[in-house]
Amino acid sequence: MERNPIRRQLAIMRQSLFDQGHVDEQFVQLEELQDDANPNFVEEVVTLYYRDSARIILNIEQALERKPFDFRKLDAYMHQFKGSSSSIGAKKVKAESTLFRECCKSGNGEGCMRSFQQLKKEYATLRKKFGAYFQLARQAGPVETASRPK
Amino acid sequence: MGMAIDRDDTQFHVLAVDDSLIDRKLIERLLKTSSFQVTAVDSGSKALEFLGLNNNDADDDEEDEQRDSNTESVSSDEDQDHQDLGLGVNLIITDYCMPGMTGYDLLKKIKKSSSFKDIPVVIMSSENIPSRINRCLEDGAEEFFLKPVQLSDVNKLRPHLMKGRSKDIDSSHKTTSTRLITSGN
Repeated sequence: MERNPIRRQLAIMRQSLFDQGHVDEQFVQLEELQDDANPNFVEEVVTLYYRDSARIILNIEQALERKPFDFRKLDAYMHQFKGSSSSIGAKKVKAESTLFRECCKSGNGEGCMRSFQQLKKEYATLRKKFGAYFQLARQAGPVETASRPK
Repeated sequence: MGMAIDRDDTQFHVLAVDDSLIDRKLIERLLKTSSFQVTAVDSGSKALEFLGLNNNDADDDEEDEQRDSNTESVSSDEDQDHQDLGLGVNLIITDYCMPGMTGYDLLKKIKKSSSFKDIPVVIMSSENIPSRINRCLEDGAEEFFLKPVQLSDVNKLRPHLMKGRSKDIDSSHKTTSTRLITSGN
């Protein structure tokens, strides 16, 4: 149990990310790759993800404005997006990506649009949560410099 | 003091190929965590370029419409130079789904190359398609990893690298045994 109040808050935030289904086991894998030499690895990957995937989201948005839908192209974009989301452990986003792809495969345009709206919502929610989480993590600082009386 | 050149025998160089920025960052970190030296590129053609293999080499002409008849196919001398420069690659790990050249295409080209056919190739894919997996393994891939790739997967790489290393050791064996003999004081 964390004695430091910031660390305790951080642990609670982290747990809720899992409990609410926003992230899965892959997120733990990322955390395990973080060490003294790479103390901000998780934040770096997540930041990179949001930057990189913004481009794909835009592509999909533009593709959804062209009728009739090019389902093959939409599916290809979503395949990319799903891959990245999966790599960072974004569980709900990944699940929504799967639904979108299923709609593409069955040529369900309405389904694609609905799914995409839902996906964008979750994507934005997760971004906010990550933002708050990493901000607090930076406040908490690296474990080694915990306030120990000298 | 006739000391052998102190080459770090455990440092293997892995060439990682993936068009996804996120996955490149991940695989790089995974490999470095496992003490591998890493070069990450974003396409099959860049991988071939890094190895010193010309994209238009003699064996591959099916999809190559722009084949310039004046282009020389890369001689094995050039490949050897690339290896000798110490940029030697000990293993290639590649994503399957990439625009242009797929990981499977890359695998085929590597296996056709006289200089690089013995480099172990590992394929990664986010899609669990048994026929795809079997085809890759049958055509020379050592392993097939499902994405997201984890540390436990990367730990499976070392045996494949050690296999190749034992071939190298035969040539440096004399040096090693000399060291052993003289260190016995």
